[in-house]
Amino acid sequence: MKQGLYTCTANRALTHDTYEMKLAGDTSAIVRPGQFVNIRIEGLYLRRPISVCDWDGGSLTLIYKVVGEGTAALARAQAGARFDLLTGLGNGYSTEGSREPLLVGGGVGVPPLYGLCRAFRKRGIVPKVFLGFRSAEDVFYRDEFAALGCEPEIALGSEFVTDRIAAKAPVYDAYFACGPEPMLRAVWKSLRRPGQLSFESRMGCGFGACVGCTCRTITGNKRICTDGPVLTADELIWNREENA
Amino acid sequence: MKYDLSVTLSGVELSNPVIPASGTFGFGQEFARLYDLDILGSFCLKGTTREPRYGNPLPRIAECDAGLLNAVGLQNPGADEVLSHELPEVAKIYHKPVIANISGFSVEEFAETAAKFDRAEQVGILEINISCPNVHAGGMAFGVDPENAAAVTKAVKAVTAKPVYMKLSPNAGDIVAVARACEDAGADGLSLINTLLGMRIDVARRRPLLANTTGGLSGPAVFPVAVRMVYQVAHAVKIPVIGMGGVDSARDVIEMMMAGASAVEVGAANLVDPWACPKIIRALPREMELLGIERLRDIVGIA
Repeated sequence: MKQGLYTCTANRALTHDTYEMKLAGDTSAIVRPGQFVNIRIEGLYLRRPISVCDWDGGSLTLIYKVVGEGTAALARAQAGARFDLLTGLGNGYSTEGSREPLLVGGGVGVPPLYGLCRAFRKRGIVPKVFLGFRSAEDVFYRDEFAALGCEPEIALGSEFVTDRIAAKAPVYDAYFACGPEPMLRAVWKSLRRPGQLSFESRMGCGFGACVGCTCRTITGNKRICTDGPVLTADELIWNREENA
Repeated sequence: MKYDLSVTLSGVELSNPVIPASGTFGFGQEFARLYDLDILGSFCLKGTTREPRYGNPLPRIAECDAGLLNAVGLQNPGADEVLSHELPEVAKIYHKPVIANISGFSVEEFAETAAKFDRAEQVGILEINISCPNVHAGGMAFGVDPENAAAVTKAVKAVTAKPVYMKLSPNAGDIVAVARACEDAGADGLSLINTLLGMRIDVARRRPLLANTTGGLSGPAVFPVAVRMVYQVAHAVKIPVIGMGGVDSARDVIEMMMAGASAVEVGAANLVDPWACPKIIRALPREMELLGIERLRDIVGIA
């Protein structure tokens, strides 16, 4: 984990409620796709955790949906704005061992899969990408995935992404998912290969100190922020709260 | 000019008054990766109960203006695991006495857990948490009633030779009465304040934001309440007080000490800025210079 000041170089709307922000600064703490940053926003007490969509030597891309005060403030930021970030948080996805990965994303869970897709492409692997959005107006990053040679299959509205996967029956050896919890659960239920699923949680700190985001798993208590946000399919307990 | 930051708590010498508060610092491991913990006056271990606890269901964190609500509910691996695993790990990253923070659900349980920690060499002080607002049986129930608080104090004092600091709840009707009861029952010191009971509602879902419905408020929002309570309690008792509640800067540390605190715990600030404690410690000499303070211990209760 590193703390630093980052300069916003671009902040644009991708859809009516989803934005892409590019930040310049030290990215050396980011080592895996699926990690996140915790961003301090003027006037708000707690930092806001946001997954890293993509990064290179000196810049990173965040995609966020406006869901409350914090993300609304982010959406108003102009190029040149400076933000205090904790970077390199969370475990991220492991790309080891998969030759035929299936990437499954839903809504605001799509961004970290882009960085993951790029990581696979760098190794010469072409993931199959299935994305779900609420409606055609909510779709983003279709072209960006296509530019990596991974034209995404897109499910909209009442068609679930799992329906699309069932219809297309892709060949895969492992899946990698990020999205709303009901989607993750449906994916987990219907896909049989080894999986890595990325979870969201309200967090106090983002680096393991407050244990505000702990969930139960088969392998014991796990902090979403440091032991996750990526958990493996075989360790998940659903209704984690009912089990508490 | 050489500024003297050292303070003493019941015979335990601290190089400076800054102590990360229980529940915001785990067992130190996350922070030891970021800085040398030996800069700290001491540090307070995650609240420990006799049995392991998962805590409350999620979500158990909510944002507030100038603070946060938490309803973690004393997640911890249990006293035996803390003693056999966590403390030996703490010894590798911190080389001064630590403060163990103990919670329980009955007088007997407090005493049993305190007796276990009495044998831990690195533990300099036992902080007895009779003020957790996030557990439904016990917890705060001991800290809002003078008689119950005295009963826990007596039971813990009977099983340990270490200094016993009772951690008080701001949710007590009369915190001074609870403080006096603890002093009369033999407490060596007092820690205050724990979090203030609060609540948020998700207005879109029309439901409480926290799964536990209520949680404890901490952060700068509670600082004036904490200063007031430390002031009232410190003036009512003869035993030392550790002050805490929304401390965010070197100036806050000095204000808390002027209110009557012999040392100061820093809580929520660690979560927002993981380097908060070393920054505060490094800023203290400059603040002392500005305020004409040579020895921090001289200002305790001066207001």
